[in-house]
Amino acid sequence: MIAQTQTRRPIRVSRILIYAALFVAAAFYLLPVYVLFITGMKSFQEVNLSRMWDLPSGFHFDSYLTAWFGSEKEGITGLAGNFMNSIYLAIPATLFSAVLGSLNGYVLAKWKFRGSNVLFPLMLFGMFIPYQSILIPLVQVLKNMSLYGSIQGLIFVHVVYGIPITTLIFRNYFAEIPTELIEAAKIDGAGILGIYRHILFPISMPGFVVVMIWQFQSIWNDFLFAVIVTSRPTVQPMTVALNNMAGSYVVQWNVQMAGALIAALPTLLIFIFLGRYFMRGLLAGSLKG
Amino acid sequence: MVLKTLGVFTERRMCRISTDRIISLVMIAPSIVAIAIFVYGFIGFTGFSSFTSWNSLVPDFTLIGWRNYERLFGTIPSDRFLLDLRNTVCFTVLFLIACIVLGFLLAVLLDQRVKGEGIFRSIFLFPMAISFIVTGVVWRWLLNPGTLQTGSSGVNLLFERIGLGLLRWGWFTDPTIWHIKPETGLGQFLASVGLEGIASPYFGMPVAIFSLVIAATWQMSGYTMAMFLAGLRGIPEELREAARVDGANEIQIYRHVIIPLLQPITLSAVIVLGHISLKIFDLVVSMTGPGPAFATDVPAFFMWDTTFRGNNFAQGAAIATILLVSVAVLIVPYLVNTMRTEAEL
Repeated sequence: MIAQTQTRRPIRVSRILIYAALFVAAAFYLLPVYVLFITGMKSFQEVNLSRMWDLPSGFHFDSYLTAWFGSEKEGITGLAGNFMNSIYLAIPATLFSAVLGSLNGYVLAKWKFRGSNVLFPLMLFGMFIPYQSILIPLVQVLKNMSLYGSIQGLIFVHVVYGIPITTLIFRNYFAEIPTELIEAAKIDGAGILGIYRHILFPISMPGFVVVMIWQFQSIWNDFLFAVIVTSRPTVQPMTVALNNMAGSYVVQWNVQMAGALIAALPTLLIFIFLGRYFMRGLLAGSLKG
Repeated sequence: MVLKTLGVFTERRMCRISTDRIISLVMIAPSIVAIAIFVYGFIGFTGFSSFTSWNSLVPDFTLIGWRNYERLFGTIPSDRFLLDLRNTVCFTVLFLIACIVLGFLLAVLLDQRVKGEGIFRSIFLFPMAISFIVTGVVWRWLLNPGTLQTGSSGVNLLFERIGLGLLRWGWFTDPTIWHIKPETGLGQFLASVGLEGIASPYFGMPVAIFSLVIAATWQMSGYTMAMFLAGLRGIPEELREAARVDGANEIQIYRHVIIPLLQPITLSAVIVLGHISLKIFDLVVSMTGPGPAFATDVPAFFMWDTTFRGNNFAQGAAIATILLVSVAVLIVPYLVNTMRTEAEL
């Protein structure tokens, strides 16, 4: 009996330490979220750097309204238009990427040809390159294609540079589907497109979810392509507009914080509701999916 | 008769297969062409441009050899690239250590069958879902040191509130560079062996970079945590049991059994985070900019500044090429190795 309490005690202390450490870590990760929320909720009278950590006096949505609609009086352009630009950019680009990736993945997993084992890593290299090394010709080519400065141009860029990661995720997904299934369908007289349409496409929905979440979040969060390809504020996506807003001296910091929260919201919601699929994309990015 | 039908059947099948083969190539061809042009062709063009004198808005492809590269490695007053290299090395080393240590500790803690594991995991991971721009905007305010007139702000103010006022400092506005001073004993020793160059700010550590490291670690450490947690879950309990039977304590089990088993994961984390760190751009733009005396400037930012603000295209191409080579040195062996192990399976 005595022996039992003695062995139990140190375990309990270590449990407390484990939870304490986890709570301290959680506080570090949640600190910016706390500031984002309370600052956005403050009224304009309360916005003062020396009261940064204090709770707001009540729920005020002025900052969000200013960040979203802008304010003519203060010369602030709202983020509403840019938010919609990001939607018009991310949704079509995500869909095109997913379709292209699934076709490529299907061919590379089930219709290997001579050289496909060399081609695949050459393709994958494209997702690791620093995009600075392609920006100069990219701008010239987009200008020649009359795509420069438009959302369409940005969609095109994201679809092209999304090929490696979407192909990778689909290839790994299709590789796990037994080849016997394909062979059986071939004997039954099904062709490459029939096999895709009737067998692989219907069972690849989880793959589509992973790829679409991954592409949506990386396109939504992209800044480099957006800032290079779109120079007019009316076509700029959310990240560029937020960065401009944050760099402007007329914009109060509570409005900046409200803008940051609006910019983070779509991908954050996806993470909260579809986190499992988000994780799979994440691990695929390190090639071990 | 039977043989004949069979023959026709296989013939048709063969025919079918070769049409399928053509269709398969048609399906993948657009992507191959796109990658060939937009990745390899463009890299080639950038590499070529870096040897030209295209340093204005009007393209000029006169070859001038390595001059754009030589200019990058010049010292004062045009030593920005050397400072960028220093910053990248400092940032990469600190960022990797922080992510791996923090990620590993969090994974070990979460592996202790804690209550609410899912919630903690989400809290550590959610920053990965948001943009570096958002991270930069928020952390810029959090680490804003405040001014003498208005008093401290952000984390400095928090330190004051909890009685740790001595911890407050200038964060990313601090221009201090830690380096070996030439007049110290070590500095004189280095000078005596002909290495006086090391006792200079070029081989120092800009303290402003810590702010970038904190924000980047906040965002990316969840990734290492997830990788290590998956790795820990993959280690069979029997291995720990066996070590315990052999008389090892918990710390020894981690040192001699678990950490060696997690080495492949650590290596992938180093490569994935390392290449992200070499390319870091968005966070610098939104959080600090080039900083005091280029203390937080990085090659990716310098390239953007040179090319798209300064219109020095050839010069920018040279920076981009160096950046690409540094990433390729890290990534190509990794890709080759991954493909080889996959082929063996």
